[in-house]
Amino acid sequence: MHEAPRSGRYSVFAIAREALRQHGGWSRAWASPEPRDRYKVIVVGAGGHGLATAYYLGKNFGITNVAVIEKGWLGGGNTGRNTTIIRSNYLQDPSAAIYDKSLKLYETLSQDLNYNVMFSPRGLIMLAQTEHEIRGYKRTVYANNLQGVATEWVEPQRLKELVPIISLDGPRYPVLGGLYQKRGGTARHDAVAWGYARACSDMGMHIIQNCEVTGIETDGGQVRAVNTSRGRIGCDKLAIVVAGHSSQLAEMAGFRLPIESVALQALVSEPIKPCMDVVVMANTVHGYLSQSDKGEMVIGGGTDSFNNFTQRGSWHHVEETVRALIETFPMLSRLKMLRQWGGIVDMTGDRSPILSATPVGGIFVNCGWGTGGFKAIPGSGWAMAELVAKGTPGPLAAAFGLNRFREGRFIDESVAAGVAH
Amino acid sequence: MLTLTCPYCGIAAEEAELHPGGEAHLQRIGPSGTDEEFEAYLFARKNAKGIHFERWRHAYGCGKWFLAARCTATLQVFGTYEAQTKHPPAEIVEAIRKSRPDWQPDWTSAAE
Repeated sequence: MHEAPRSGRYSVFAIAREALRQHGGWSRAWASPEPRDRYKVIVVGAGGHGLATAYYLGKNFGITNVAVIEKGWLGGGNTGRNTTIIRSNYLQDPSAAIYDKSLKLYETLSQDLNYNVMFSPRGLIMLAQTEHEIRGYKRTVYANNLQGVATEWVEPQRLKELVPIISLDGPRYPVLGGLYQKRGGTARHDAVAWGYARACSDMGMHIIQNCEVTGIETDGGQVRAVNTSRGRIGCDKLAIVVAGHSSQLAEMAGFRLPIESVALQALVSEPIKPCMDVVVMANTVHGYLSQSDKGEMVIGGGTDSFNNFTQRGSWHHVEETVRALIETFPMLSRLKMLRQWGGIVDMTGDRSPILSATPVGGIFVNCGWGTGGFKAIPGSGWAMAELVAKGTPGPLAAAFGLNRFREGRFIDESVAAGVAH
Repeated sequence: MLTLTCPYCGIAAEEAELHPGGEAHLQRIGPSGTDEEFEAYLFARKNAKGIHFERWRHAYGCGKWFLAARCTATLQVFGTYEAQTKHPPAEIVEAIRKSRPDWQPDWTSAAE
């Protein structure tokens, strides 16, 4: 029944075997089958969250009659556009629970998927550059320790040891301390999507790229099928996991979401020798900095203020980010920037995600991760798979339902994290 | 950079001079509204990919709120107009139709 060829297990022995036969034995990591007429579950969106949802549907619930359909190419949206920061130092309890689940899954993800996602728990520091941030981050440290998420407050002298290239005495934004999460870090974003895709394909799931959803068929308030650029595909359940285009998919199904889509930008410098082995976030000035394995300085910026679907942002945001960062990291002023790009992020009012059933039976949404979705991929997929499989949310997803807006039960991370995280 | 002309003071203001205010023409729901209506008024948004009407404040200029018609898929600006309108005025609709002949308003001019 399954057209998918098994991709074989990656190991040091496989490398040795293939070295002896000129690497002719590697098979494709995932199959590209034609869509069937019907699946038990269709996941729209083959980004990290969609693929992780499919993976845990198979792994945790034994549901493998699943298609992941994608309008572009696998991992070509925000999964391939983010700054790969992973952390779980959130203020609110429901956030800390799902993000820390995610971080724990990241810690063993390479072994679990048999695919090297290059998870690098190099540590993460959020700089306090105003008096308000000092109080805010100390409060977050106390909250984190109650939640069982190990973070600590570090004074400027210790910060300078951790980040030698930092300048503590900037005239506008002096560094007054920081929130340090040792377990935080980065991972290889493409590999996360590819690893999940390979594992899903090995379970017999279909990953169908270049397949854009053009309509959602419902009957009596129940989902029946999706119409796509590759024809009608029936389904019992539909998981919409499409980040920036969540509102468009919801409109096809006849409901609205509390989401607005804006552009978030990032840029990357020419590669240089290793100079910073920790991730540094400066939330006051919306600058996020880490060094990739290739040596590039990866810089994340702030979001645009207006609704935007173009994957391009406003230039002055880049200018503001860089202007502020070179005050804190003077050596950056000599670097040339190689690339700059944007992704369309789905912002909710409380800056927390939505994992929820919807007004249409059988349709579930996973969206609203806004500027910080990459870190959440495994935990989000884990919680979403449970929601889709059982029809009701488990403990991780329960607080993130759509009903929280009507009930005024926000999970307010906008105050705790600034705009972007 | 996004440039919008303030309909009050006539200045072509850059984005950095403006403050965004989200979707325009929201119908305010009063105390007699249901929970569903109030939720929709507060949170549910069109978030249109395409023609979008939105509120802006000329924050570092004359300080007034105005409305703009813009395409979120191309960043084309069709025009700006005063905030005291229930629906976009005829000249804005005409400006949109000029480059989007198929576009249909989702309101009726008779509706209040």
